[in-house]
Amino acid sequence: MHELALAQGVLDIVLSTAVGNNAVRVAGVKVIAGELTGTVPEALEMGFAALAKGTIAENARLLIQLAPATGHCRDCGSTTDIDKHSFVCQACGSHAIEIITGRELLVESVEVE
Amino acid sequence: MEITVMSNILEKNEEIAAELNARFSKRGIFVVNLLGSPGCGKTSLVEQTVRLLNNDFSLAIIEGDLYTSKDADRIAACGAPVVQINTHGGCHLDAAMVKAAISQLDLEQIDILIVENVGNLVCPAEFAVGEHAKVVILSVTEGEDKPLKYPAVFQQSAAVLINKVDLLPYTDFAIDAAIGDIRGLNPNANLFNVSCKTASSLAGWLEWLKKQVIMLRKQKSD
Repeated sequence: MHELALAQGVLDIVLSTAVGNNAVRVAGVKVIAGELTGTVPEALEMGFAALAKGTIAENARLLIQLAPATGHCRDCGSTTDIDKHSFVCQACGSHAIEIITGRELLVESVEVE
Repeated sequence: MEITVMSNILEKNEEIAAELNARFSKRGIFVVNLLGSPGCGKTSLVEQTVRLLNNDFSLAIIEGDLYTSKDADRIAACGAPVVQINTHGGCHLDAAMVKAAISQLDLEQIDILIVENVGNLVCPAEFAVGEHAKVVILSVTEGEDKPLKYPAVFQQSAAVLINKVDLLPYTDFAIDAAIGDIRGLNPNANLFNVSCKTASSLAGWLEWLKKQVIMLRKQKSD
C-alpha cells in the first residue's frame, strides 16, 4: 500500500514535468529508491501503471534503480556499506552508524515525446 | 527527450507536514507521531497519558486505524477530544489526512496532540505528519530483534518506549540486547521501560513529554 502513495508522488512529478515541457506522451520514467526505504519495485510499477491509466503517462516504462545503503561510523570514522539493513560497521563492528545514502526517493528523469 | 528532474517523491507530503508543524509550533502545541506494531500498546499508552496528564495539560488525539473506531472509542472514554482517521486499508497516515483531521479540533485548547499512527513499523517512517517528535513503542512480546529489523523508525524516534516490561519474566526478550541495539541505532533516543498497567512506570515518559511542551513554549516566546 505504501508503494501506491509513492506511485502517486511519482505520477504528480511526471505529469507536471511533462506539461511544463509541452509533451504529448511520456515514454519512460527513471526512479531512484534507496534500499532503506523498503520500496518494492514490482509494487511501485503496478501502482504507477494503475494510476497513470488515462493520462499521457499511460504505458510509460518505469525504471527503478535501488540505491545502496551506506553509512558513516561514528566510532571509527569509516564509510561502510549497510548490507541487508545490518547497521554494523564493516571496519570495526560498531552499531553507531549514521546513514549517508539509502533513504532517497527521487524521480531522476522523465523521457517525453 | 529525457528531462532530468531529481525531484523528491515525498515532496508534497513533506510540504504539508512542514506547514502543519509551523502551525502547531506557532500555537505552542507539541505533536507526537506515535508508532509501533499492532498490539504493542499504542492506545494503552495514549489512554494512560491522557489520564495522568489531563489535569495539567490539554491533550487531543488523532487515531489512525484501518477500518474501525475501536481505539477512538477507548480514548473518548478517557475524556480527551479524539478524531478518527480510517485509512481503509492504507498502511500509514500522511500529512494531508492529519491536516483534514485537525479541522475537527479546537487548536486554541490543545497543549499536546498525539497522532497514533497505523500499527506498522515500516511505512509510517517515510511519511511525516507535522510532528515535533516521533515516538516508537516496542513491546517485550515482540522480541528484541525488532530494532535491527526495522531500523528506520528507531533511528528517527526521539523517544523509544519498551512496553509490557511486567511480562519480562514470561518471555525470552533480552532487554539489554534490545537497549544496546537501540542505542547503537540512535544514541540520542530517550529510552523508557514501561508497563501501561502500572502508572508509576510511566513517570519518566510523562516527564519527558512535559519537558517537550515547556521547551516548545520557551522557543516560541524567545
